[in-house]
Amino acid sequence: MAGSVTSELAVRQSSGAAAAQPGRALALAAGFRADRKRQRMISVMLIGPLVAFIVFAFVLPLGTMLFYAVNNPEVRNALPQTLEVLKTWDGSGPPPPEAFDALVADIKSDVPPNVLAEAGRRLNYEITGFRSLLAKTVRNVRNAEITVAQQHLLAIDEQWNDPAYWRVIQRNGSALTAFYLLSAVDLRPGDEGGAKLAPREERLFLSTLMRTLVISAVVTLICVLLAYPIANAVVSVGGRFSAIMLACVLLPFWTSLLVRTSAWIVILQKEGIVNRVLQALGLTDAPLELVFNRTGLYIAMVHILLPFMVLPLISVMKGISPTFVRASSSLGAGPLTTFLRVYLPLTLPGVGAGCLLTFIIAAGYYVTPTLVGGASDQMLSYFVAFYANTTINWGMSAALGVLLLSCILALYIIIGRIVGIDRIVGME
Amino acid sequence: MPANIRRLQIGFCFFAMVFLIGPTFAIIPISFSSANFLSYPLPGFSLQWYYKILQPQPWMAALLNSLIIGAGATAVATVLGTVAALGLSRGHLPARSTILAVIISPMIVPVVISGVGMYFFFAKLGLVASFLGLVLAHAVLAVPFVVITVTATLKNFDMNLVRAAASLGASPFHAFRTVTLPLIAPGVVSGALFAFVFSFDEVVVALFISGPGQKTLPRQMFDGLRDNIDPSILAMSTLLVIISIIPMSGGALVQKRAAAHANPQNKSE
Repeated sequence: MAGSVTSELAVRQSSGAAAAQPGRALALAAGFRADRKRQRMISVMLIGPLVAFIVFAFVLPLGTMLFYAVNNPEVRNALPQTLEVLKTWDGSGPPPPEAFDALVADIKSDVPPNVLAEAGRRLNYEITGFRSLLAKTVRNVRNAEITVAQQHLLAIDEQWNDPAYWRVIQRNGSALTAFYLLSAVDLRPGDEGGAKLAPREERLFLSTLMRTLVISAVVTLICVLLAYPIANAVVSVGGRFSAIMLACVLLPFWTSLLVRTSAWIVILQKEGIVNRVLQALGLTDAPLELVFNRTGLYIAMVHILLPFMVLPLISVMKGISPTFVRASSSLGAGPLTTFLRVYLPLTLPGVGAGCLLTFIIAAGYYVTPTLVGGASDQMLSYFVAFYANTTINWGMSAALGVLLLSCILALYIIIGRIVGIDRIVGME
Repeated sequence: MPANIRRLQIGFCFFAMVFLIGPTFAIIPISFSSANFLSYPLPGFSLQWYYKILQPQPWMAALLNSLIIGAGATAVATVLGTVAALGLSRGHLPARSTILAVIISPMIVPVVISGVGMYFFFAKLGLVASFLGLVLAHAVLAVPFVVITVTATLKNFDMNLVRAAASLGASPFHAFRTVTLPLIAPGVVSGALFAFVFSFDEVVVALFISGPGQKTLPRQMFDGLRDNIDPSILAMSTLLVIISIIPMSGGALVQKRAAAHANPQNKSE
């Protein structure tokens, strides 16, 4: 920045001399412009490789994920002729007879069996039982001589007379679908366009979203209540105690996440050290359930996220001059008044930034909730991984990823407004 | 502050310290247990779990994988990150804040989402279940730490030194190697340390894109914790705690030296 200001200044000074030597001034100005252009080129060349690398290894993967949330190739690949016929069907009343012919033709065409199986799986997301209906039909039709397609299919299963099945096929003729994104907030596409809330027993993700937000909020709250006095002690006590405190905050920060998680599992278990101590002190008769449930999750997550709250608070508190507090008490304010009206307001920007940061990290956490939480404590990130790895429903995994990402980006925008992202990451 | 409140605070902080470091140290004795259960009192002393983790399979192989991937990711992230930080601190950059947003985005996006995206995208390129894929993934997630650390160091760096070198006839690269790099070395080293520690501890992306041949140490621990925990995990944990004290004190040392560089009069020794 300083360089460009000086060259600006130089340009202006030289234009002051322009009255005397207009030609030389113009040449100088052109020289400065060329120099600035060259400087900019160098900067771009220095940053270019990293940006290209991030685009390749991060932005494109993220884009692929976003794309999978709306990608809808399965039915188009498997049943092109059926979709062509259904284009003209208005969706009400019985399915058109030609659709049956087209479906038989699609099944008898040389599409590989796994393409049909994938279409069955995709359709099954929308109507349970569609997969087995299609699989049964494919098995039967492939080896059969068929004269009247409609009769034959209805003989295989009466369900082929239900327009709902054909409407689902029709709806999935488009290359992109909102189905996964709607499902991520427990909505189902309606037959007449629009969307409606899923039946109560099928609602899964709104409660998961709520749980994610509640767990993150509780963890953040506990963290700020613990971190505030710790940070204050580190800043104000000074000397050896302060250094030891700081080391105690930093050691977990540098210790492997899995080491800390395994430690909590071991010490919180039924025969673990915490239960032994509680029983020895007579505080409880039977061992408490402290792990693989919400209690264990809160304890472990607070432990892991506490440094992320303490460190920003320390940096804010360090910046507060002790003279403010002294001035306040010399003017007659009691300790409580001084704290509430002088010290606390000065630390609020740090508290706000620390809380939002902790909340965001908590909301995206995967390892600790998976290992320490129970089945009913799993957060959104667990389901993102579950659908990608276990059920291979990439669309659903991606859509939940989009949901989680939008929550987190919204919070980052809030932080950006309040304190500035640059300050959070320490780049100002 | 009244003395009794201060005493209350100190007492609270004492418990907080126990909470922060207690669990880590509580597991160390169990790793020397002669039995394979995970609770006190210990039936006897044995080094069997340490013997077990020193076997090639699975622990030492996982450690080796972690070191290879960590070294690769650190090299990629440190080189690209340092060069980019130099560019960022020069000014003259169009759309600086957009570029900054792109550079720190891997830090902001939850790692599960990055992992799923990389799994989808790398699968198309045949990079899943390969060392190269994991090195690239860890490097891109660690690179914001390098950029941030080196940029912070460059803030205290006097650009006039480079101009002086240039005026004395040094080529830009020569000036970088002999003037800039030695002065920003503490920042580069701590950035590299961050990158290595990140990769060495990263498990989520490893869960998505590593195959059995690239099983890293955290992944081995994750699988162990999910299936059945035995004290060998705690023996490995103990080793890792000891190892983690090294970068911590190393980081403190580097910072001390950087501070000494910034204010030469502190160099009283």
